[in-house]
Amino acid sequence: MADAATGALRRTLNLRRPDEVYNAIIDAHRDLNDDQCRAFDAGLILLLANHVGDADVIGEALVAARLSLNGGSRAG
Amino acid sequence: MSSYQYRHYPYRRPTELDGPNLDGKSKRRPVVIVGAGLAGPTLALALAVRGVASVLLDEDDTVSNGSRSICQAQHSLETWDRFGIARRMVDKGITWEQGEVYLHDTPIYHFNLAPEPGHKFPAFVNLQQYYVEEYLFDRCLDEKLIDLRFRNKVVDVRPDSKGVSLDVETPDGRYTLEADWLVACDGVRSAVRHLLDLPFPGEVFHDQFLIADIRFTSELPKERRFWFYPSFHPTNSVLLHRQADNVLRVDFQLGRDADPEEEKKPENVDRRLRQMFGPDATWEHEWSSVYTFTCRMMDRFVQGRVIFAGDAAHVVSPFGARGGNAAVADVDNLAWKLARVLAGTSPASLLESYCNERRAAAQENILNSTRSTDFITPKFPASRAFRDATLALAREFPFARSLVNSGRLSVPTVQPGSSIDTPEGDTDWLRGPAPGTAMVDAPVVNGRGGFLVDHVGPDFTLIAFAARAADLPALPAGMAGVMVAREGAAPLGWTALQDRDGLVRQRYDGRAGTAYLIRPDRYVAARWRRPDARELAAALQRATGQG
Repeated sequence: MADAATGALRRTLNLRRPDEVYNAIIDAHRDLNDDQCRAFDAGLILLLANHVGDADVIGEALVAARLSLNGGSRAG
Repeated sequence: MSSYQYRHYPYRRPTELDGPNLDGKSKRRPVVIVGAGLAGPTLALALAVRGVASVLLDEDDTVSNGSRSICQAQHSLETWDRFGIARRMVDKGITWEQGEVYLHDTPIYHFNLAPEPGHKFPAFVNLQQYYVEEYLFDRCLDEKLIDLRFRNKVVDVRPDSKGVSLDVETPDGRYTLEADWLVACDGVRSAVRHLLDLPFPGEVFHDQFLIADIRFTSELPKERRFWFYPSFHPTNSVLLHRQADNVLRVDFQLGRDADPEEEKKPENVDRRLRQMFGPDATWEHEWSSVYTFTCRMMDRFVQGRVIFAGDAAHVVSPFGARGGNAAVADVDNLAWKLARVLAGTSPASLLESYCNERRAAAQENILNSTRSTDFITPKFPASRAFRDATLALAREFPFARSLVNSGRLSVPTVQPGSSIDTPEGDTDWLRGPAPGTAMVDAPVVNGRGGFLVDHVGPDFTLIAFAARAADLPALPAGMAGVMVAREGAAPLGWTALQDRDGLVRQRYDGRAGTAYLIRPDRYVAARWRRPDARELAAALQRATGQG
């Protein structure tokens, strides 16, 4: 993963109302099937990437996000 | 079996069964409270502090069956301290302020609920509900203004515009009570709510959880621990809390499809515990229960002369310790208002603010507990994917740790914009509790050591910062004054407090002239940089429903 100490990607909380934002994201997926979720997330990522703008930050995030592949239940 | 010795409190034949009083009429009661759990006795005591007599009815004759609501929050302890029983709870219970969240078997997030020192009470004391009820009952039984009646079951309620009559069943038969006000503190299955056929709308959750209370002999952790997918329970979450008497509460998430009867069998509970604690641990069973939960709230907590409080009015999931503590906060909010209405010093419309403020609090509690529930038990695949990604990122990224939601633990709710609080005129506050938020504690000296919460009484209190006593504003009638000054004697009607560590000044952004009006329930009603007598009187009028 990217060297976080020198990287440009923000590691600490930057959301003023974190639970509210988190739940808004979840709620936005509530009525979508799997394919729709994928399409929705693709659009969301592109919108946010454009907003971020910085290619280094986005590059770091692309590496860091691979960590998410190991978060779930080991049994299920 | 339980290490707690359940006492059976004596039933006494109610005098009403032997006919009306000598004057031919049965005695009318100012307040009848139904239900002696956490809310009912707390309300009876808070009314007694204000000189109001009450009859407290309970259909049972003993305390809570099982440990149930175990996390007693600071705000609740402050409430109980006014009856002299909070110290007993702290001494008996387990003080904790820290928690640890694990993913698989690795700690990913550590939290401290009390990052600042100088409060009289800790963020939480874990104490089984049966002990809290025992201490409340003991205190109620000593109190002449409280008529606590065990094995008195309400079977009919007939409200009218002036009061309520209710039929009560006892082992010796039925009798009728007349009351000006009836307060239903009779829990989630409230008999009063059912008898009046009032709706209780909300959301039902289907995930099942197994609670196992066990007496444990090995070294016990003091902090709250929460696991997502631990190796000893790989498909779900587990929550661990320590209680008094070396009792541990282990709470296993079982999922939707578990068979509750199978899960409750001691050999199956033991199998789960053995996986968790390893081959050498030993324990004895105290209590087990498989539960699901609902989040519900009544449309109105005040229905004419019948008032609802605690679980009877609103219920939440257990994540966050928001059930019992909200019940105590409800009656703390209600007691002073009801006492004023009964004394005729405030109009009955003041009770509307109880309904509005505590409904807002219940909504906040339901929102928080529903979010925690959705994080712990995601309801659809995308929700689970985001949850699992948050957990995975939490190892490396502090921001993701903040999103991990294993329960946002109960703090006093914010009740902004209440009609009885005075909106702020000054805008230069750097910190300090705004109107609609709870006061914060700090150490003070008044002859001997103590805390600010000790000096906020059962009526309204003005906390004023002043260089000299001569700078203090004139107090309107019905308001006690607390002067925070470096030195100097207090004028009549004022208590002088020294700011031992400068923390009162800091936490209230106090400068010479600054004043906070604190309500009897320890919420801020108003604050100013330099109030005059007219502003103080107007804020008090408004806070007592006369504005």
